[in-house]
Amino acid sequence: MRVRILVSFKDSVLDPQGQTVMNALHTMGYAAVRNVRQGKVFELELEGATKKEAEAIVPEIARRVLANPIIEKFDWEILKGL
Amino acid sequence: MKFGVVQFPGSNCDFDTFHVLRNVMKRPTVMLWHKGHDLQDVDCVVLPGGFSYGDYLRSGAIARFSPLMQEVKAFAGRGGHVLGICNGFQILLELGLLAGAMIRNKNLKFLCQHVHVRIENDKTDFTRTAKKGQVLRLPIAHFDGNYYAPPRVLKDIERNRQVVFRYCDADGRVTEEANINGSLAAIAGIRNREGNVLGLMPHPERASERILGSEDGRTIFESLILSLERPKPARRTAARKKARHD
Repeated sequence: MRVRILVSFKDSVLDPQGQTVMNALHTMGYAAVRNVRQGKVFELELEGATKKEAEAIVPEIARRVLANPIIEKFDWEILKGL
Repeated sequence: MKFGVVQFPGSNCDFDTFHVLRNVMKRPTVMLWHKGHDLQDVDCVVLPGGFSYGDYLRSGAIARFSPLMQEVKAFAGRGGHVLGICNGFQILLELGLLAGAMIRNKNLKFLCQHVHVRIENDKTDFTRTAKKGQVLRLPIAHFDGNYYAPPRVLKDIERNRQVVFRYCDADGRVTEEANINGSLAAIAGIRNREGNVLGLMPHPERASERILGSEDGRTIFESLILSLERPKPARRTAARKKARHD
C-alpha cells in the first residue's frame, strides 16, 4: 500500500517561503493569487499493511517525525489503484 | 569539570568547540559520538553547530533520534547541564528539551555575520559572569534561526525569565532591523524552566579568542565553569545566614 502525507505550516505560523513565492507570482502579473503556503510531500510504501493498520501508524509517523506539531499540520491519504 | 562535545554526521563546529573548551578554557573535554550510549561522566554536554544529517527533513529533526541523544535527554532530566549552539539549539527544540521551533529566516537568506545580543537574564548558570543588559558581539551562521513559539508558550517562557539572549543593535536596543532573522520577540537564546539547558543561535566558540575579533563568547563558558566548579552564591549566602542563625 502506498500513502501520501502532506505536511504544511499551521495557518497561525508565518511561511516566509510561501510569501516569497506569492510575491514572485504578483510580480509576474498573477494578481488573483491571495495566499501561498508551501509544504512537503512524503510517499510511503507500507508492506502488507491493511487500511486499518495504515490508519494506526501513518498519523503516528507524521506526528513523531515528518511534521513538527509546534509549527506544522499534516493530511494523508491512501493512494488508489496501487 | 569535564565537557563533552557531541559529534553527529554533518557537525562542523565540533572541533572549534572542543578547541575552545580544552585549549582556551583549559578544561578536560571529550568527543562523544552520536551512536554511543556513554556520556563518559561529563559534567556538561555541548551540542555543537553544523548541519547534522544534512538538515534533511528539518534542522535537528533526525539528530534527536540518535542513540546518544536519548542519554542526553536522561542526563538533562537528572539536572545535567546541556548547551546547544546553533544546530545544537535546533536539536534541543526538536527533542523537546527547550520550547518552540525554528522556521526559515525572514529574508530567506543564509545569514553569516557578526550580530549583537543582549543579556536578558544574568541569573543563569550560563550567564552569571555577565550583567543584565550587557551586549555581546557574536557571529551567527544559519538558515533556520527564526524562532517561533505559540502565544501561550511564549507567554510562559517570558514570565519564567527563560529568554536569555535577544538580538539587538550595538547599543543594546531591540529593533526590528537588529532582529536579523525575524525571531519572535527577537529571541536569540532560551533556557529551560529548570535552568540546566540552554540553546542559542550565535556561536560563542567562534568568539572566544582575540585573534577572531571578539572574546565575548567566553562569558558563557566562564559562567558554566564557575557554576559547575563552585557552589552557587545564593546557596553560599543561604549557608552563611544559616550559620549565623545557628
